[in-house]
Amino acid sequence: MATTFAKAAEGTVAEQTHAARIEHVSKSFSGPAGTQLVLDDVSLDVAPGEFVTILGASGCGKSTLLNLVAGLDRPTQGSIETPGGRPALMFQEHALFPWLTAGKNIELALRLRGVAKSERRPEAERLLELVRLGGAYGKRVHELSGGMRQRVALARALAQDSQLLLMDEPFAALDAITRDVLHGELTRIWEETNLSVLFVTHNVREAVRLAQRVVLLSSRPGRVAKEWTVGIEQPRRIEDADVAELSLEITEHLRGEIRRHGQH
Amino acid sequence: MASTDTAATVKKDDLAGLEAGLDALDAVEIRRTPVREVLLKKVLPPTIAVALVLAVWQILVSAKITEETKLPAPSAVWDGLVDMWLQGTLLEVVWTSVSRGLAGFLLALAIGTPLGLLVARVKFVRAAIGPILSGLQSLPSVAWVPPAVLWFGLNDAMMFTVILLGAVPSIANGLVSGVDQVPPLFLRAGRTMGATGLKGTWHVVLPAALPGYLAGLKQGWAFSWRSLMAAEIIASSPDLGLGLGQLLENGRNNIDLPGVFLAILLILVVGIAIDLLIFSPLERWVLRSRGLLVK
Repeated sequence: MATTFAKAAEGTVAEQTHAARIEHVSKSFSGPAGTQLVLDDVSLDVAPGEFVTILGASGCGKSTLLNLVAGLDRPTQGSIETPGGRPALMFQEHALFPWLTAGKNIELALRLRGVAKSERRPEAERLLELVRLGGAYGKRVHELSGGMRQRVALARALAQDSQLLLMDEPFAALDAITRDVLHGELTRIWEETNLSVLFVTHNVREAVRLAQRVVLLSSRPGRVAKEWTVGIEQPRRIEDADVAELSLEITEHLRGEIRRHGQH
Repeated sequence: MASTDTAATVKKDDLAGLEAGLDALDAVEIRRTPVREVLLKKVLPPTIAVALVLAVWQILVSAKITEETKLPAPSAVWDGLVDMWLQGTLLEVVWTSVSRGLAGFLLALAIGTPLGLLVARVKFVRAAIGPILSGLQSLPSVAWVPPAVLWFGLNDAMMFTVILLGAVPSIANGLVSGVDQVPPLFLRAGRTMGATGLKGTWHVVLPAALPGYLAGLKQGWAFSWRSLMAAEIIASSPDLGLGLGQLLENGRNNIDLPGVFLAILLILVVGIAIDLLIFSPLERWVLRSRGLLVK
């Protein structure tokens, strides 16, 4: 019944067995129509450095689960542990602050993390370089394209220096070409850092393109329905035949989950 | 092994190039409006409107459609202005009122801002005084002049009281509506970065609420100025010095219609000038820097 952000004591960090541990988590919301169970007994581990996608149709509670892991809400039952500290969270909308420049948005995250003033600017420049936006430090949010905004948002999330990055359909609002490029960027950055990623999407191909492990949630209430380990070597492309093949298999299961709701 | 390495490198370089191309294609171009266009579209129309009003005014007087005792000639008002300028009283009178108005406004700012923040962020305070605060906005501030005179007598304290009662609710309400309009996404983004409590207020809520707050300040200034004029007209006393409100009242007492018109025009011009010189540029700057300025 708790969300623990406790940073593990120095020295034990190397021996961490998980970046996130979700144990028997249930979540229900009470509304005017009575209590609604959104997540039912979900258990899931994310290993350090692992890339996991959570896949599900609408109503599977995948965003709710991410909010719980982020500590924005509390589970009704069960526990969530993130030993690497407060996880960073990226949204479908960039959620950058329009009153700050791209660079200052990143510096705010650094400042809130307690980074000394003199170190903030070079670190922000380094993170912008990492998302290949070296020249964007002084740019205002509205001067950036959708894809560039999401890259600045990624840099800001990385500025939190968390071991776990939560992503809530971060590329869903982008056009297909930009999304494809950002898949490549995310994979590259994930490989360059030792970040663990928990990525939520309803796009099966995106899930297979990115993840080492795909977790399918059923809908209403959300339960872990099935898991796949993706053995395809990176760099993958969304058009690759083996990506398509596994996507097809997963899609069949997803459709089966959705069909069950029409039978009542 | 070497061949797959090259393949991967090529793929990566390819990605960088692709991304640079996309960024260039998608770049949003920000164009400043040239001065000529500003003059043509923003300055010319109001100038024409003012000229038209003056022309109609002059025609009404020249054609003797109205009596001179009801509507003074524009030239008579202009002569009054020149006289005041030559006597050296014009700037003094304007400054007496403007300095009073701005000081009162700054005081209202210092009180209205924390009050607004309290109402916006503390549920109990909002439930308790929120409705009263927005109700006060519809109370004409001239209503506060009689009690203020009884409390303080005819002095500056009475003037400031009237200004505060007029302007504080506007400023506080502006901040409240600014805070209410902060997108919940910003608050969530702030919380995931550790901006909670006072840090969240300082780094997220206040800057996000700035446009609404500025709109409140604009309205607060308008209310300050109106309240002050009401106070100056009703409560004139030699101790208070000659402000624009007293100038208007003196014109009435001396049955000096050009003087009355001059006072009204000066009050109007000062109110507009402060808005144009201080609040509008501030608001435009904030909106433009956020990409919110719609042309």
